[in-house]
Amino acid sequence: MNRPSAPVDSSPPSTWEELVTAALLGTDRRTPPGCAPGREAPVALLDAAAVETVRRRAGLRPARAAQRPQPAPEDPRPALPPAAAHRLAMLLADRPGAAGGGRRGTSPDLMELLPQWLATANQRGFAPPPQSLPALLDAARGRTDLRPAVLTFAGPRAVWLARLNPDWRFALRAAPGGGAALPHLKDSARIQQLWQEGLFAERVALLSAVRTREPAAARELLTTTWATERAEDRLMFLDSLRTGLGPRDESFLEQALADRSRNVRATAAELLSALPGSALAARMAVRAGACVALDRTRETPAISVEAPHECDTGMERDGVVAKAPAGRGERSWWFGQLVEAAPLSTWPGRLGGRTPQEIVALPVADDWQGELHAAWCRAAVRQRDGEWARALLGSPSAPEAGGPGAVSLAERAKLLGTLGSAERAEWVAGFIATHGLSEAFQLLGVCAVPWGAPLGRAVVDALNIARDAGSYPWSFSGVMGLAERCLDPAEASRLDGLQAVPDESEDASPGAGGYWAEAFQRLVTTLRLRAAMTEELGTQAP
Amino acid sequence: MTQQGVRWTADQVLALAPDSASRKAGSKLGAAGPWSEAGSSDEGTVWGLCKGSGSKPYQTVIDIADAAGPAYKCSCPSRKFPCKHALGLLLLWAGEEGAVSPGQPPDWAEQWIKGRRQRAEDKRAAGASGSSSGSGDPEAARRRAERRAVRVTAGATELEQRLADLLRGGLAGAEQAGYGPWEETAARMVDAQAPGLAARVRELGAIPASGPGWPVRLLEECALVHLLDQGWLRRERLPDALADTVRSRIGLPSSADGPPVRDRWLVLAQYDTADTKLTTRRIWLHGADSGRTALLLSYGAAGRAPELALPVGLTLEAEVSAYPGAGQLRATLGEQFAPPTPTAIRPPGVTTAEASARYGEALREDPWLDSVPVTLDRVVPAPDGDSWQLADADADTALPLTPAARGRPGLWRLVALSGGAPVKVFGECGHRGFTPLTAWPEGAGEAVQLY
Repeated sequence: MNRPSAPVDSSPPSTWEELVTAALLGTDRRTPPGCAPGREAPVALLDAAAVETVRRRAGLRPARAAQRPQPAPEDPRPALPPAAAHRLAMLLADRPGAAGGGRRGTSPDLMELLPQWLATANQRGFAPPPQSLPALLDAARGRTDLRPAVLTFAGPRAVWLARLNPDWRFALRAAPGGGAALPHLKDSARIQQLWQEGLFAERVALLSAVRTREPAAARELLTTTWATERAEDRLMFLDSLRTGLGPRDESFLEQALADRSRNVRATAAELLSALPGSALAARMAVRAGACVALDRTRETPAISVEAPHECDTGMERDGVVAKAPAGRGERSWWFGQLVEAAPLSTWPGRLGGRTPQEIVALPVADDWQGELHAAWCRAAVRQRDGEWARALLGSPSAPEAGGPGAVSLAERAKLLGTLGSAERAEWVAGFIATHGLSEAFQLLGVCAVPWGAPLGRAVVDALNIARDAGSYPWSFSGVMGLAERCLDPAEASRLDGLQAVPDESEDASPGAGGYWAEAFQRLVTTLRLRAAMTEELGTQAP
Repeated sequence: MTQQGVRWTADQVLALAPDSASRKAGSKLGAAGPWSEAGSSDEGTVWGLCKGSGSKPYQTVIDIADAAGPAYKCSCPSRKFPCKHALGLLLLWAGEEGAVSPGQPPDWAEQWIKGRRQRAEDKRAAGASGSSSGSGDPEAARRRAERRAVRVTAGATELEQRLADLLRGGLAGAEQAGYGPWEETAARMVDAQAPGLAARVRELGAIPASGPGWPVRLLEECALVHLLDQGWLRRERLPDALADTVRSRIGLPSSADGPPVRDRWLVLAQYDTADTKLTTRRIWLHGADSGRTALLLSYGAAGRAPELALPVGLTLEAEVSAYPGAGQLRATLGEQFAPPTPTAIRPPGVTTAEASARYGEALREDPWLDSVPVTLDRVVPAPDGDSWQLADADADTALPLTPAARGRPGLWRLVALSGGAPVKVFGECGHRGFTPLTAWPEGAGEAVQLY
């Protein structure tokens, strides 16, 4: 038992101890102090123990204070408006797993709104109510994707709290933006020390923090210890050069092409090929150019492809993987890698001064079109070339855009990523208007939130069409979920008509109308909730 | 009174939920979507229609102004109480301004409210016309009480014998004997109509398995059972107040016959404890004007929440009557004059040394007390090895937390709220340590529930 303090000294502590000993052994074996042995001894023992128990309890005094924790650092941000604080408590109370899964009904999925709530609160720069920190940290503990936003919002007191509870150690490891735990970037001595002596995770965090602000300094830091790092670590460190990659990194990367580790070599080659001006890119341009030619002998000009016959050591040094995966021909495998790594700017010159659009439109001889276009897609994504991406995406309403054409949906989604958000949304809206929703999920995922008006309208119209077609709404649950989170709340009023249960048509699935009404109700409720959330956080924006 | 003035916070509403599933379901319904025709009146009635899975919406009415805490009525088939619709409606009312518009209740709500008010009126009239009317023949009641006293005396005598046998053979044997013999003795005490003794005996049975130091705890509790037995057997010679305390500790029924005290009662804490048969809810009240502390107890079947629910941090203008017995804080809630309202009132606090002294003094009147309610002023939660303590900000003294309090999530809310700075904490202070129940930050801020 946890006793606040020792009993008072008015009775010698031994009396109580003797009573306990006598009780433990039994009065038949041990006569308690101050009692006569015999039949009455147990009662006398209980009498004495009762007096002692109450005396000990009545005499309890406070214990000595232990070392008090250092006060948590001040959070200078303004407190949340009360309505927003209550909303946060409600979002956090909605832990998954409390009630069974199954049909979702008309009520919004509150936990899914937490990321958006956090983003808005962070944007407005509010401090959390301190008593909500444990629930916030618990939520972030279970969901790594929430951690950066939660830790930014939770602020310095969460880091203070995490030092006291090992369940929340992750908050100490991942101080947001490389902030508090890392030395100041001007403090080069401490940076050097941490780089030399730190744990792997600390070093990765340090390197990426330095890289974000001063790319060259990070590269120099890495050069100092490069030769002595382990292969896995070299790979991780090299990967952090992706941020702020520029021509000045070339010589370091060229050197890494001769690395002992194959993975390091491949990554270095990949990074170099993303630098169109690099020597590697030029070598690749020559190799790829040798394989692709314009065949003018035909009636309409076409592209002819002559894939490489061997993968020489030079190619291997530049990151070309010699061994093809099972089921792929070696030559087409090598060819794909060469085109992917060659700068896209070489092609107009090679192919008669045509624009990317015209090049993509050229026929390709001997079934090489799939291989060639796929490689160009990868190149456009790697080199973030919007013009080529646009050309490869084509028109969203083209019939082949919806089918398993030359460019897969996953590749399209990546290509869209190279475009501006408005252009992206417009393309996806056009796609949905022509091809419906069944293929749109991946593409919607790359669009900026909240969706712009044309995109939102296209999605709602498509959902409406899907409903009229008589299928069940859960065939579209992925898009519905996205719409709940991404549709502009201002669109809610346009959905009013969809919440009613429609008359059931003959060919509709039984009961589908009711389920659709329910799904639209949930959509509208969620949108209203999001509008309320934003408003609660906005009214007192600092 | 304006609607704005009486509106509760979401936390206060969620505290009414009978379990976490209802809390979750209720939170989801706390948005305008499924609701229509929601409204509230100045008399403390909130109503609304909630769209469910069926074609007809559920009709939900809540009477917040009721004397026994909020009352609910919903046309849904749920047996939870309050149901998710009632919780959702209260959240809607608590959360968004304008989501529930003021007005006159529709007929279906009005009828229910009228019926309730009428029944309450009848009951009050019946109560005023003579309290003996319900209990039947006073002579028969006296004979029943006498017969029961004889049985309790037989039970207490038997228990004394059992304790003497135990001490003669030694407590060491109790560890090997296990829980069986105690369970049997407890059943004998139930037969003797002494539920208080039965509960104590059951706890005795659990002590040998409770970890290091059990012989000390077992001897302490055996000695206190012995003290209670002896108190009962010699109750004629005790002062009246102490005799009442013994009766209530034995588990004899008593009624709150103390004079009603009208005050602005601040709800300090509300928490439930459950065993296999019963959920017990404790609500601590602090009288803003009288300075008194009162405990309201209510019960529900296992797994179900007791009906009485008062959100922490609100005050209610009401009458409270005490139960008999020296040092007894238990009371019953009488007439409530206005709906509960949010408040900035905080109970006055003491230091840890004064809190310990207060427990010691309370033992004079009731030696069986495990803890007393106290508010600590300016304490800092501090880690102490595996445990935690509340340390005075201005002195070198501290109260350790009870082992049970260390494992609760409320501890971390308390630590986070404090952030190393002093806070005000209400809780129960006793021989096992301190159990924090509610805390207030040093500056402005609402009460934070810790249980």
